[in-house]
Amino acid sequence: MSELTLTVMRLGFLAVLWLFVIVAVQVIRSDLFGTRVTQRAAVRRPDQAAQRRPQQQQQPQGQAKPAGRGRQRRGAPTKLVVTEGSLTGTTVALQGQTITLGRAHDSTIVLDDDYASGRHARIYPDQNGQWIVEDLGSTNGTYLDRGRLTTPVPIPPGAPIRIGKTVIELRK
Amino acid sequence: MSSNNNTTVSPGGLPSRRNTELLMLVFAVVIPVFAYANVGLAKDETLPAGMLGYGLGLGLLAGVTHLAVRRWAPYADPLMLPLATLLNGLGLVLIWRLDQEPTITTDALGGPMAPNQLMWSTVGVALFIGVLLLLKDHRLLQRYTYISMVVALVLLASPIFVGTEINGARIWVQIPGVGSIQPGEFAKIVIAIFFAGYLMVKRDALALASRRFMGLYLPRGRDLGPILVIWAISLLILIFETDLGTSLLFFGIFVVMLYVATERTSWIVFGLLLSASGAVFVASTNAHVGERVDNWLNPLDRAANDGVTETAQAMFSFGSGGLFGSGLGQGYSRLISGIAPKSDYILATVGEELGLAGLMAIIMLYALLIERGMRTALAARDPFGKLLAIGLAGVFAIQVFVVAGGVTALIPLTGMTMPFLAQGGSSVIANWALIALLLRISDTARRPAPAPAPSLDSEMTQVVRP
Repeated sequence: MSELTLTVMRLGFLAVLWLFVIVAVQVIRSDLFGTRVTQRAAVRRPDQAAQRRPQQQQQPQGQAKPAGRGRQRRGAPTKLVVTEGSLTGTTVALQGQTITLGRAHDSTIVLDDDYASGRHARIYPDQNGQWIVEDLGSTNGTYLDRGRLTTPVPIPPGAPIRIGKTVIELRK
Repeated sequence: MSSNNNTTVSPGGLPSRRNTELLMLVFAVVIPVFAYANVGLAKDETLPAGMLGYGLGLGLLAGVTHLAVRRWAPYADPLMLPLATLLNGLGLVLIWRLDQEPTITTDALGGPMAPNQLMWSTVGVALFIGVLLLLKDHRLLQRYTYISMVVALVLLASPIFVGTEINGARIWVQIPGVGSIQPGEFAKIVIAIFFAGYLMVKRDALALASRRFMGLYLPRGRDLGPILVIWAISLLILIFETDLGTSLLFFGIFVVMLYVATERTSWIVFGLLLSASGAVFVASTNAHVGERVDNWLNPLDRAANDGVTETAQAMFSFGSGGLFGSGLGQGYSRLISGIAPKSDYILATVGEELGLAGLMAIIMLYALLIERGMRTALAARDPFGKLLAIGLAGVFAIQVFVVAGGVTALIPLTGMTMPFLAQGGSSVIANWALIALLLRISDTARRPAPAPAPSLDSEMTQVVRP
């Protein structure tokens, strides 16, 4: 076997080996953009919400895009905004999923608030797409405007919902 | 852990990516076949006769593993299996290539080893499939936390009582009819299961009950208990089995998992201090370990048998390889004594015949495999899965570091095998099982969550008439 052939094979083999490494890195790269990196103080959404939108990395402050699809009513709110408290500025897109609030780690919005219960309240759409807020038996209560909730109540647009030191609103 | 760190990473709607895996697997089988052809052409100027057999064997193993993953872990990571297959395939080629050297393939040294290695790889793949088939959820292992501890201690201690001493280290156990196995290789997986289960329960106590002193969190005295016990056990292994590798692996993995579970840098500081003092103590008292350290410090001195030390020989082979290597089948790593080039020093063969470029590519393959393991830990949702994945990836990483560091004379040489690459049945079987566990955790982590059950409240109220 000539020296030349062997040299070509030797360098060719190294090239093929490195090609494998590079292709593997490409596979990892395409994998990276399927995941979301969420900063703390932003929103923790349950995994099923993440499954629905395979997309780029999320912005640190959890700027969720308005969904604007599904069977939503005209004029229905499209996002939930935290207006007061440690999570101020956080938004969650409303896409027909139930949003749970509380200090429990698996809540959609994890409240870092001493006055909140583990599972404090939830916000969900009824079959007409009207958003309902329900207190889940919290210790310090959930307030819609001024009134403490005792039963599930539809949320008027722009009405503040207060949980401890945190205030959230539904917006279009 | 997810409870108090600053970012969370969760998998998005990932496709299952099994087709990517299949393509990578084909690539991973083609590369070793190319290597066979290269060795044959360089040594005998013909395509080797065994090439078809080994190529088909490797391809068959890869195909079977792929089908098993497709069937039982459809959402698992697409890269781990091809990386493991490629490393195993390259290992088979390198061993087969060294079998072509008559001086190190004498009957006294065990004859050709590639056929056995292929057989052990098959057993490893069978275990891999077995783990995927039988272990439907890695959280089941959590139930066996303390059983794992006992099993790991028995495995680690067995060579002291029933072991045979080979090359100064007591790490083998003879089983009649099967041959000798290295229980330490299996113990590393079992011990990761125990640490994951134990630390998941105890991590809050270890992380929170501490005083701050000079920027370090000092743990309470009684919380130091576990780390001191583990340290003592690893020292005992070192003294009685004179096996630096297993001892380092055992202690290192505990420190790594302790750090991951508690996020306290102080554990790493303690761990490094303890292992350094322990290593110095044993090196100065134990003759075998002392000799290894001496070879490491003065590799060019005359060895005990009045020849050249193995460390120096390995360094010569790296040197003669240079940047691009001498080409497969054209090196002289047979000059390293005994069967060492097939097992401990297989990286020296890589360094000589593929050069720095090839050695770096191999190390990149290991790095990617470890990265996928870490990634699995990040993506896992349950704390036990996170700790287990980090433990298994950490075991793998420490093992690669200890062996590669030993061969390149960065640290004293230890008696461990390069995972997948080096000759050794226990090692290849245990590592296939390790990959299967990682794939199982990764499958659970990347599996899309089931659609939420419809809420009772959103149902229409119905009147039920009798």
